[in-house]
Amino acid sequence: VMFCRLLSVVGRQRTSPGWQNWSSAGSSTSAAEARSVALPTEAQVVICGGGIMGTSVAYHLSKMGWKDIVLLEQGRLAAGSTRFCAGILSTARHLTIEQKMADYSNKLYHQLEQETGIQTGYTRTGSVFLAQTQDRLISLKRINSRLNVIGIPSEIISPKKVAELHHLLNVHDLVGAMHVPEDAVVSSADVALALASAASQNGVQIYDRTSVLHVMVKKGQVTGVETDKGQIECQYFVNCAGQWAYELGLSNEEPVSIPLHACEHFYLLTRPLETPLQSSTPTIVDADGRIYIRNWQGGILSGGFEKNPKPIFTEGKNQLEIQNLQEDWDHFEPLLSSLLRRMPELESLEIMKLVNCPETFTPDMRCIMGESPAVQGYFVLAGMNSAGLSFGGGAGKYLAEWMVHGYPSENVWELDLKRFGALQSSRTFLRHRVMEVMPLMYDLKVPRWDFQTGRQLRTSPLYDRLDAQGARWMEKHGFERPKYFVPPDKDLLALEQSKTFYKPDWFDIVESEVKCCKEAVCVIDMSSFTKFEITSTGDQALEVLQYLFSNDLDVPVGHIVHTGMLNEVGGYENDCSIARLSKRSFFMISPTDQQVHCWAWLKKHMPKDSNLLLEDVTWKYTALNLIGPRAVDVLSELSYAPMTPDHFPSLFCKEMSVGYANGIRVMSMTHTGEPGFMLYIPIEYALHVYNEVMSVGQKYGIRNAGYYALRSLRIEKFFAFWGQDINNLTTPLECGRESRVKLEKGMDFIGRDALLQQKQNGVYKRFTMFILDDHDTDLDLWPWWGEPIYRNGQYVGKTTSSAYSYSLERHVCLGFVHNFSEDTGEEQVVTADFINRGEYEIDIAGYRFQAKAKLYPVASLFTHKRRKDDMELSDLHGK
Amino acid sequence: CSRPRAAPSGILRIPVRSSSLPLFSDAMPAPTQLFFPLIRNCELSRIYGTACYCHHKHLCCSSPYIPQSRLRYTPHPAYATFCRPKENWWQYTQGRRYASTPQKFYLTPPQVNSILKANEYSFKVPEFDGKNVSSILGFDSNQLPANAPIEDRRSAATCLQTRGMLLGVFDGHAGCACSQAVSERLFYYIAVSLLPHETLLEIENAVESGRALLPILQWHKHPNDYFSKEASKLYFNSLRTYWQELIDLNTGESTDIDVKEALINAFKRLDNDISLEAQVGDPNSFLNYLVLRVAFSGATACVAHVDGVDLHVANTGDSRAMLGVQEEDGSWSAVTLSNDHNAQNERELERLKLEHPKSEAKSVVKQDRLLGLLMPFRAFGDVKFKWSIDLQKRVIESGPDQLNDNEYTKFIPPNYHTPPYLTAEPEVTYHRLRPQDKFLVLATDGLWETMHRQDVVRIVGEYLTGMHHQQPIAVGGYKVTLGQMHGLLTERRTKMSSVFEDQNAATHLIRHAVGNNEFGTVDHERLSKMLSLPEELARMYRDDITIIVVQFNSHVVGAYQNQE
Repeated sequence: VMFCRLLSVVGRQRTSPGWQNWSSAGSSTSAAEARSVALPTEAQVVICGGGIMGTSVAYHLSKMGWKDIVLLEQGRLAAGSTRFCAGILSTARHLTIEQKMADYSNKLYHQLEQETGIQTGYTRTGSVFLAQTQDRLISLKRINSRLNVIGIPSEIISPKKVAELHHLLNVHDLVGAMHVPEDAVVSSADVALALASAASQNGVQIYDRTSVLHVMVKKGQVTGVETDKGQIECQYFVNCAGQWAYELGLSNEEPVSIPLHACEHFYLLTRPLETPLQSSTPTIVDADGRIYIRNWQGGILSGGFEKNPKPIFTEGKNQLEIQNLQEDWDHFEPLLSSLLRRMPELESLEIMKLVNCPETFTPDMRCIMGESPAVQGYFVLAGMNSAGLSFGGGAGKYLAEWMVHGYPSENVWELDLKRFGALQSSRTFLRHRVMEVMPLMYDLKVPRWDFQTGRQLRTSPLYDRLDAQGARWMEKHGFERPKYFVPPDKDLLALEQSKTFYKPDWFDIVESEVKCCKEAVCVIDMSSFTKFEITSTGDQALEVLQYLFSNDLDVPVGHIVHTGMLNEVGGYENDCSIARLSKRSFFMISPTDQQVHCWAWLKKHMPKDSNLLLEDVTWKYTALNLIGPRAVDVLSELSYAPMTPDHFPSLFCKEMSVGYANGIRVMSMTHTGEPGFMLYIPIEYALHVYNEVMSVGQKYGIRNAGYYALRSLRIEKFFAFWGQDINNLTTPLECGRESRVKLEKGMDFIGRDALLQQKQNGVYKRFTMFILDDHDTDLDLWPWWGEPIYRNGQYVGKTTSSAYSYSLERHVCLGFVHNFSEDTGEEQVVTADFINRGEYEIDIAGYRFQAKAKLYPVASLFTHKRRKDDMELSDLHGK
Repeated sequence: CSRPRAAPSGILRIPVRSSSLPLFSDAMPAPTQLFFPLIRNCELSRIYGTACYCHHKHLCCSSPYIPQSRLRYTPHPAYATFCRPKENWWQYTQGRRYASTPQKFYLTPPQVNSILKANEYSFKVPEFDGKNVSSILGFDSNQLPANAPIEDRRSAATCLQTRGMLLGVFDGHAGCACSQAVSERLFYYIAVSLLPHETLLEIENAVESGRALLPILQWHKHPNDYFSKEASKLYFNSLRTYWQELIDLNTGESTDIDVKEALINAFKRLDNDISLEAQVGDPNSFLNYLVLRVAFSGATACVAHVDGVDLHVANTGDSRAMLGVQEEDGSWSAVTLSNDHNAQNERELERLKLEHPKSEAKSVVKQDRLLGLLMPFRAFGDVKFKWSIDLQKRVIESGPDQLNDNEYTKFIPPNYHTPPYLTAEPEVTYHRLRPQDKFLVLATDGLWETMHRQDVVRIVGEYLTGMHHQQPIAVGGYKVTLGQMHGLLTERRTKMSSVFEDQNAATHLIRHAVGNNEFGTVDHERLSKMLSLPEELARMYRDDITIIVVQFNSHVVGAYQNQE
């Protein structure tokens, strides 16, 4: 969990003579001399920020062989959040990528003292996560299952065992706990200094008391940095400015949006206990009590994440270091009460200090890393959501790999800066959102959680109409999307009460929507999809698309092609549907959260040709998905045109009139494998077309449906979603999409070589569909995603998404199966035979359920007549 | 005694008068010396003279049982028989005290809050781009009725064609018709008086040609503050006549408008219009009756006009404007910005004596009342104290039957020789705001008779500063244990929650005015008792209370000062 650390007075004195100048000269010069040293005029990389992030990036870049690096710090090294942070290294995280980063950090810090000779105060204390409720325990069990499969030891323990681990704890109200024995405490400032020292020895030049004023950009490429001490020309700039990263990003002429915002964060330091606490006393996290407690110099250090956070620096005060902000005891009172309830014996313990150290939070509680979509060579690592110490090592490593190799060794899409756009950079939005995010740190994380703040930013023109009909909304990339429609006579639970790991209260509602999609026709507003148009005067558009996409796009006008936008290793950078509108113009539909990433990718790889025009037309069209066997009747009635497969074959696109409105792009696909049509409607016609569809559809039993129904439909049809199931490390061959790759289409495309090689060597993981067998929908815990998959008792991978299939009447999980060698643990080729010959189990919070593995959807179970092309239909949509 | 039933509002209601007093004393087991001072400073005889007011029901909208505090009326010796001597009541309650049953009807704190907060209203001056350029931060206002319905009114509005903001409290008597009319109309008269000639012309031209009018006022109203729809046409015509006269009077040379003069003119003009409208009558019988009710009832007015650092208070009657000043040491002191126009004011007594012949010197103010009847010496309406006897008789005879049958209206005040005895002309005080002037309290006498001005200012001052900076705790170099700190914080939170119960300074003040015990702190039991009084009795213990607390922006005021 945490984070922060207070540098011991001794430690600061000990290290202070050395840290002012880590320049490659290496001599221990005095501070005054260090500052008089002139900045170099050029460097390959300039890193801004001398906290744990900046030093970690410098450390890893220099280890990977990049030597020409300058690190600039506006104040002193390790003096910001890094200095004040509580120093708890915790690997128990909700995302696998975060677990991996924390695990790597743990290992790195462990050996850092040996490597650098700088004491870091690393002590392996372990940590104990308390559960006051059954739901909390389920949440811990889920994390526990996932920690174990990546090799981090942890176990679920009883309250009695908790009392043995920490004798001060009151355990009477606990239902259980999770023990992670290898977690540690460490002085984060000393870690940063050690990393800086090692980097310095590897040639990194470090300058403190040097502020970056702005980054110089030419033609969308970083060219240098303007500081208060002069300019440095550089190719790469890394923004590790912590809570000042947002302001720094905006200071460019071409602003880089880095959505993060600081909140005040309080923790308490006490004098030592009468019998001083041992330095190996485990760290306690009582999330239900909103507090963490660690040993600190014989006393305790305890802080927490309150329900009513205090956001600060909204107006962007850029003070040099975090001055001692005001202590606010009244604000801390609930956390103090919680601490004394947990450790009643502390009543007589003397207070030393209440520390106020601001922490930085992001709009989705995940850190921000990666390259700016707008400025090449501008990298960011910031927004740690108070886990900077835990992530520091791993995040620095991934970012260094990203810079050196072009991509990190793990998929980090969940942390990628490009998941955000300018739309998340409003100060008001950030201020409101972080006030929701900070308490969420310790709130129960249940499936299908939606943020409540910063909503209704992007909406379809039908929003009010749908809302009035009972729509409940979720948000993706700022866009409101209907989840389901609550019938007028039905009441759902209040927001807090609806939090569950079991069957949700909307189960019956979604069932009736799914049934209507199968038997009649439903309308789903899917306007949030990212929509681009690429046109050219000559054949440039086709040429560039042929190079960027793996499928053959040289199809007759009016055809739609499902295709992936692959990277060099054959992984999906984007998964989209492209309609050929004319010889020279294409309409491209991508997942909602691809708006920034896909644009950046296309811009980066498109030739600078003025005859080639790329336009984002997302806002121009409202998209209605007419799903169901009667969609064809509704549309033909509205257009007086025959819509049967003979006239309108599958995966076909035609501009036609619907009702009075002309120029509607009708596409025969539904993103679900069900029959039906997508209508792309110029927004001013949206209400008209919707009204006409609903009124004509009446006699065919039309109704509104939401994304939950859509999700159920497509997961049971084994459709992978980019961003959740597949990512930039997944190739088409690994998810059974050979048919969408045309290796011999007559020209090269990005990733072709990798795919050719993979085709020859075989795949190392395989996308598989699991149908849970002995799972009771009403009584058992529901799968979500990230559940470990076991084959013949051996761990083989994790699920990536799941849904209840109303037609199979079973839960369906999708996920990847690997083949780890029993001896070496190395990955081996996965064949269809390997998949088919296994007995599978899915681990949901420690309970294993038998599952049937399928490589193809279960066609026989579907009642309606399937179309030939259905198996090829894909899906664009995020989760 | 019969068991009371809870009224839908949650206020305990006692069904019949006869049973009310015993029950009341049951619920008030406090020592008599404690609640005796609660009885308003009007004499007890007046309270029990109430029986004779039954027939005024139709004159005004007030409760039939309760006297109009400022208007004592004992027209015929015959009526006096209804008025019991004060000893009666005393014996009555005393006797009952010993027979009291332990049955008590207390309101819960949420019920108390819902009563106190029912009429609260807050307005924050909108900030532009994070910067508030008005010398007013905003205001809080609230009302607590004692009369049913309440006779007090309040108004607040921003002048749109000139700068500044208008705030006022109006205390009606003999019904609420006059205070209602004044609360609707007075600010328009003031705003028009302040308008430059060109704007008046522009408005007149717009009316003439049927174009859209320039808005003059932006009202800041509680949903319960209503305007009469029926009379708006009539009121508008009178107002238009006023500005037409202003246009005609203008000699062409644009002179600086004097706010003081404008305020005085507006007050006098409105009172004149009220009087004229009643004399002329209206073909519409409803309106005709309305204008008569307005003219025959009365209202005092205390209005503040704030424009930058210039604060004008125009007062007619016995409501009061009090400035809250924070001294350098943080303590609070009260600066009175208005003079009460009643018998306690020597200068008013002097004025009255001068305005009438020597022969009336003894009768013009009797028992601290004008002609022995009216407490405030200046007021709107109250044509009984302004018109000649002839005029009164003529209007009543030609008026509607309801008026004719009414004993009160027909009754001519004794010793009525040289009318008018009453004027609506205000006394205007000017004050130049200083950074230490933190707020202004405008309130009807319902507040001032229960609380000392110094207490009022202290309570509001502490409330407003408490909202902003609560003295933070710092451990410093002291030895404090976690347990001690926890205890301290818990205590602070409890204390804070009682302050923060009110989000409105006026509500907070009413809570103190009604609920303060002898130690000057709010006593929930007492508050609960006072608020659960039945309508008929509430009036004996308190008057309608109406409060507006205007908060000044010291930064802006300071900046004005520095500019000069």
